[in-house]
Amino acid sequence: MEMPIPDSDVIARRRDIAEDLSRIVPGEGVIVEEDERRPYEADGLTAYRTLPLIVVLPETTEQVAAVMRYCRDNSIKVVPRGAGTSLSGGALPLADGILLGMGKFNQILELDYPNRCARVQPGVTNLGITHAVQDDGFYYAPDPSSQIACTIGGNVAENSGGVHCLKYGLTTNNVLGVEFVTIDGEVLRFGGKHLDSEGYDLLGVLTGSEGLLGVVTEVTVRLLPKPECARALLIGFPSNEAGGDCVAAIIADGIIPGGMEMMDKPAIDAAEAFAKAGYPMDCQALLIVELDGPEAEVDYLIDRVRGIAEARGATSLRISETEEERLTFWAGRKAAFPAVGRISPDYYCMDGTIPRNKLPHVLSEMAKLSTKYGLRVANVFHAGDGNLHPLILYDANEPGELEKTEEFGAEILKLCVEVGGVLTGEHGVGVEKRDLMPEMFTEDDLKQQQRLKCAFDPQGLLNPGKVFPQLHRCAELGRMHIHKGQLPFPDIPRF
Amino acid sequence: MTESASTFRPENDAQLIDAIAWANSDLKPLELVGSGSKRALGRPVQAAHCLDLSAFAGITLYEPEELVLGAGTATPMADILAVLEEKKQELAFEPPDFGPLLGRPAGEGTLGGLLSSNLSGPRRIKAGAVRDHFLGFDAVSGRGQAFKSGGRVVKNVTGYDLSKLLCGSWGTIGAMTAAVVKVLPRSEKTRTVLVRGLDPEAAVKAMSDALNSPYELSGASWVPSDLTTASDVGYVRDMESSVTAFRLEGFGPSVEYRCGKLRADLAPLGETEELHSHNSLAFWAWVRDVKPFGQPGDERVVWRLSVAPTDAPAVLARLHEITGAAAFLDWAGGLIWLALPHPKTGAEELVRGALRTGGHATLIRGPKSLRAAVPVFQPQSAAAAALSRRVKESFDPNRLLNPGRMYEGV
Repeated sequence: MEMPIPDSDVIARRRDIAEDLSRIVPGEGVIVEEDERRPYEADGLTAYRTLPLIVVLPETTEQVAAVMRYCRDNSIKVVPRGAGTSLSGGALPLADGILLGMGKFNQILELDYPNRCARVQPGVTNLGITHAVQDDGFYYAPDPSSQIACTIGGNVAENSGGVHCLKYGLTTNNVLGVEFVTIDGEVLRFGGKHLDSEGYDLLGVLTGSEGLLGVVTEVTVRLLPKPECARALLIGFPSNEAGGDCVAAIIADGIIPGGMEMMDKPAIDAAEAFAKAGYPMDCQALLIVELDGPEAEVDYLIDRVRGIAEARGATSLRISETEEERLTFWAGRKAAFPAVGRISPDYYCMDGTIPRNKLPHVLSEMAKLSTKYGLRVANVFHAGDGNLHPLILYDANEPGELEKTEEFGAEILKLCVEVGGVLTGEHGVGVEKRDLMPEMFTEDDLKQQQRLKCAFDPQGLLNPGKVFPQLHRCAELGRMHIHKGQLPFPDIPRF
Repeated sequence: MTESASTFRPENDAQLIDAIAWANSDLKPLELVGSGSKRALGRPVQAAHCLDLSAFAGITLYEPEELVLGAGTATPMADILAVLEEKKQELAFEPPDFGPLLGRPAGEGTLGGLLSSNLSGPRRIKAGAVRDHFLGFDAVSGRGQAFKSGGRVVKNVTGYDLSKLLCGSWGTIGAMTAAVVKVLPRSEKTRTVLVRGLDPEAAVKAMSDALNSPYELSGASWVPSDLTTASDVGYVRDMESSVTAFRLEGFGPSVEYRCGKLRADLAPLGETEELHSHNSLAFWAWVRDVKPFGQPGDERVVWRLSVAPTDAPAVLARLHEITGAAAFLDWAGGLIWLALPHPKTGAEELVRGALRTGGHATLIRGPKSLRAAVPVFQPQSAAAAALSRRVKESFDPNRLLNPGRMYEGV
């Protein structure tokens, strides 16, 4: 993974820059000593590490704006960071860039139930929002598995998902407004408590932009009333095909479950050994279907889903009768990652999305690749929305095995794109999938996306080296080749 | 209607690219048109030529079990809705048909027009807006280059989400040729509970409480008595008072259960009435398509205000200080539809002045002279306007695509 070559002049000025910045962010908000910068050297993609130039931890929007202006005026790169849980290296520091940690923005500013929204600072954790409102009967819907640690600012940057996306949407569908700071130090607001934002939907553009367009300093999220109840079915199938068929049939019947998760045999085995959730061991695919809503609806749909599953050859079927039992069904699935971590020294989590009906094909191709690379793979699958998380098992201490794993992972993602899917469903491109972007996009596509970045960040100072495999200067991207006096397309019908 | 000297009708991507490349060489602005059903909405476009995109029509992908539909952007919405109907599916944001509101026949709109305007119906409060169901597209930029974004899957964070940018950009960013949208099963049953006689304040409070209950409302609207008299639903007319409407949709047993619970909750507010399938559908189509202001011969100016739902009563009170104002609420108060007999000024200053705590107002219907004279879309702060201009220019540096349709210079 090649990153932009660090500017040695900037690195040489580290102390001076830190001094300037401490005038903006006084106290202990500027970290320059190496051992204190060390905890920030990586995010959730721990295979990559770089010590940042300086860590800055602002506390107010004004400080963020002043830091951004300073960086713009002095051509210093900025890498924004929330809790650092990104699995794609979105918050990987740059040796010649400041790391802008937003952790001190940890206040919930307003709970507005009549308008069903909350105004929060970006450093509030995802689960922190739900915790703040659950006693009043509300929750915040997107629930990435890192929700205990990940921040809402990071969720906006990555457009994070979770297991309930099919019914409740991703972050982008659950954010009503943001305040954000541009690299010019301007503080802008998009959206608010009203439902549709005016003008261009720059709120939508900012969501999922991976810290390349600006720094979010406040978020207005949509709150939902808690469903009356939730129940789950745990269904075993003799094959991945049968499991996949059942998923399709449930949706074809007009049912959109709150959650619908599938695991393949290796994942079932690992999860059961770890969590003792009582999963059936005689099946090849396991489906968890959760239905939430009013009691009358849930009971009714449980029966309908049971009928569908039985008709699709389910070999085992259990229905949660208590809240405790429902949570047990989930315990194995939720522990799938650590469970896999226990049967292998290391694992690498992929994140492609595919059209659901391609699942059996993709799984069988993946089995072939597993043999080819001599690496085991376990699959957990957000079956409702087609988001696949293959976990490749490897040992980083074996020379060459990480490289082999990455190559295997890249082949899986290429396969996802080949069948009509995408490189990443919820983890982001970051540095991890950056060089695979041409699998999905033409050079023109990527250049156009970078032109959009230029509209926000003409010097390319915000999080460079992420998302785009090739960096272009904005002046070069803006150039147009126009052939004056060319024959105006004689073939086009004119009226 | 058009001042375009001539119309180009490219039949494929290559011709479209040629046309826009040529427009760049001669700096000739283009007015993008699908079926032209929303041409009377927005600032008047001063374009040298009309770019007719009607050749990009036809449904290319529909997999009901995958909840996905792809089509050329000029595909008539009527075709798309018919195909979905057959499989008991729908576009959950409830696409409105503003044909009659804008003085044209119903049923003319295209997929591209829907996406470019991001105008959603009553179910927006539950299911999200057009933009939330727009998964991917193919387009040609103002630079004359093909580009795409998104795809056919719901969960996708690969690259910038340009679908959001294109949605509601009124053809100022790129000429879209094909799009993919998320579709969902349509409800088996619909019921609407009506409460009579509430004033806006009581209605907004009741709608807010109902939305905060676990009964999953998919519509919440308030219509004053001067408008209910024109309803095409007998029950609504007969109320002879304002009507606050609460819609429940879903599976039969669930709707019945929720309907009972909701009616019990609403009982303290007085008499309630229930609309079943046909009447419920008719009522919400009336709200969705703004039929109270869309009758033949109605030439009043129409504004659409998006506000925080709880601000609605205060905003409404200020709007009613304008002579001849008529208004009703959708989205539990979050959307105010306003008609005014002021074709010269649109009472623009008073309308926007009524928004004191955020939100925005869009002039949806008005004579061309008015649309040229007052900002049709909510004016932005200097910094936001400058950013919007830079965003536009990053796709269309010579500002050739629908120039000025949204904002002057964009």
